[in-house]
Amino acid sequence: MTKTTVTVGLGSCGIAAGASKTFQKIKDLKETENIDFELRKTSCIGMCYREPLVEIVDETGTYLYGDINEDRAIEVIEKHINQHDPIREYIVYTDLFDAPENYFIESQVKIVLRNCGYIDPESIEEYEARKGYNAIREIGENKISREAVIQTVLDSGIRGRGGGGFPTGMKWKFANANKSPEKYVICNADEGDPGAFMDRSVLEGDPHSVLEGMIIAGYAIEATQGVIYCRAEYPLAITRLNIAIQQAHQKGYLGVNIFGIEGFNFDIYIKEGAGAFVCGEETALIASIEGERGMPRKRPPFPASSGLWKNPTNINNVETFANIPWIMINGAAAYAVYGTEKSKGTKVFALAGKVKNSGLVEVPMGVTINDVIFRLGGGIKQDKKFKAVQLGGPSGGCIPEYLSDTIVDYDSVNATGAIMGSGGMVVMDETTCMVDVAKFFLDFTRKESCGKCTFCRMGTMRMLEILERITNGKGAEDDLSKLEELAYQIKDNSLCGLGQTAPNPVLTTIKYFRDEYEAHIFHKKCPAKVCRPLLTYTVDEEKCTGCMVCLKNCPAKAITGERKKLHYIDQEICTKCGVCFSKCKFESIVLS
Amino acid sequence: MRISRNNKSIDKPSQVEVDLSRIDKLIQKYKGKKGNMIPLLQGAQEIFGFLPRKVFEKISLETGLELSEMYGVATFYAQFRMAPVGRHIIKVCHGTACHVQNAKEISEALEEALKIKDGETTRDRFFTLESVACLGCCSLAPVMMIGGQAYGKLTGNESVKIVKTIRIAESN
Repeated sequence: MTKTTVTVGLGSCGIAAGASKTFQKIKDLKETENIDFELRKTSCIGMCYREPLVEIVDETGTYLYGDINEDRAIEVIEKHINQHDPIREYIVYTDLFDAPENYFIESQVKIVLRNCGYIDPESIEEYEARKGYNAIREIGENKISREAVIQTVLDSGIRGRGGGGFPTGMKWKFANANKSPEKYVICNADEGDPGAFMDRSVLEGDPHSVLEGMIIAGYAIEATQGVIYCRAEYPLAITRLNIAIQQAHQKGYLGVNIFGIEGFNFDIYIKEGAGAFVCGEETALIASIEGERGMPRKRPPFPASSGLWKNPTNINNVETFANIPWIMINGAAAYAVYGTEKSKGTKVFALAGKVKNSGLVEVPMGVTINDVIFRLGGGIKQDKKFKAVQLGGPSGGCIPEYLSDTIVDYDSVNATGAIMGSGGMVVMDETTCMVDVAKFFLDFTRKESCGKCTFCRMGTMRMLEILERITNGKGAEDDLSKLEELAYQIKDNSLCGLGQTAPNPVLTTIKYFRDEYEAHIFHKKCPAKVCRPLLTYTVDEEKCTGCMVCLKNCPAKAITGERKKLHYIDQEICTKCGVCFSKCKFESIVLS
Repeated sequence: MRISRNNKSIDKPSQVEVDLSRIDKLIQKYKGKKGNMIPLLQGAQEIFGFLPRKVFEKISLETGLELSEMYGVATFYAQFRMAPVGRHIIKVCHGTACHVQNAKEISEALEEALKIKDGETTRDRFFTLESVACLGCCSLAPVMMIGGQAYGKLTGNESVKIVKTIRIAESN
């Protein structure tokens, strides 16, 4: 009989939802009542909307319980473990019968996330038990040449998962071609896009896969040193990476002549980022590792010939590296089975915003946006109307509902004006104002512009001013054409990706939601009722009971009236803060 | 990453007393290494909670790094602070997912309750209010984080209540 295991998902999301408390509770129960089961930790399972998650595997099968707080944990342990009676209503996934989230799990193809949610990320043995470090070991044992490794990566068709989509094999080939006694492999883990958390989940859930990917890259390009540039905002990821690096050292997987490959000396250290979005750009990232302000440099020379400390350097993103060991073990052809003609493999998306099932999903390239949002994502919260999806963060764009049958691959997404980006997918519904969204992103890029190129530094500021004018009800007739003109100027005259893509959110929203901009500019209305200066609050004469609640709470003292008499809002004084609207129990404040 | 850059005005020398010997070890560790500026500043901030003027001067003197370059780096990255912070840092997430789910309301409610603006510290040095771009808990939006603990699915009122509870718990 196999021993029953209880596994608690302890990723950042889970911990935020209270998984640590759940874990502690189960641990206490196990100890005080001396119950016989093995308690394990794992990281993100991807089903963030059901956190805290507890998985029980016993001789009958696998059961995943969702929304398990401390009280429910007691219940589950008592019923399932002690009485062998699984609680059906809390089960979200099982291999035994139809559970609510079976589809969510079964329709994904897990390559990058192959170990996330299965292994304890702090245990190298558990990683090895799932073929971990086999890829690099085979390279050593079978004396596979560098060129053959690079050829496999090329044949797999994998393209950079950080957003650019440049073929990874090509990058390695260039870096390998430049000879130098010192070469570097850098892992870009500076995931700065607001609304994206794929890389964080991989680092927290399966740090060894990233290390192994880097070691393989190190071998392929003859590098001596690996650097992981990780956001300081991901403390848990950094902790787990440090543990992983230490374990790899102990096993001799990092250091001198590793994996029996004569002359292959490779080590990895972590460099904590200091909070600058532009450092996701590879030349800025290099400047930052060198201890300088993270400002992009002119390319060429490309990092492959002159990168860190002017040595040949290869930079890939976390997700790209996590793919590599799988490709090496299963072969390029197995990887290329998934995806479309020009975009191979799978892509991890961080699904968030107004979607029911927010979380992490890995799907083959080529599925439609509709599939991701409605089938995996379960549709829109409160069944509101789906309006748009934002792909690619501040460099990306909004894809409207009518284009939601667009397939996800690099080229199809680019054709809409958005970009694939690193994989943040933020869903928006009818209550999201697209002008406000454009303003939000521009505000972000304006603050994150490093200031090197005038068009990016000043141009984004001017664009933001125009957008602020529009959302304040002071938009002018020619504002849209001014925005577009500025947008193209910024795109053409900026050195790096940040500036070249900063106007994308504005351009795509103008392209697909021009009517919303026009409503703001010409009719001084915000159709989604978001832009406050364009709203008016009035009292519904039929519904007002004269309870005086709004009057007492109004910070601007704009409401007049007496007990049991109709109240009145003075539009001149009203600051449109919305307090009356949220305080009124009779829905008598009307928003228009 | 912080959305709004902190107030980068540097403190007056007399204003803050710091025990400079606490960074001796740090300086020893990184002295003469290439690319050491950011780790030095990060380490110093870890010790003092912010970067006092005297720390810049000491690091510059002992490592030969240029003051101007250090100031350039410190003002470039959002992580570095030049002013003391409160005992608790309230990080209100303004990532995309939180933004479309009304994170503004949380910030405004806290600003009003604590009577400080974004990036400022309360007079009693209890709380510092900050906006950050994405804490990575998008499924719990809108989110704020206080001392490593994330609070999700908030409303303005709830966020104020949480902050008040912390203050009451620690004042007793």
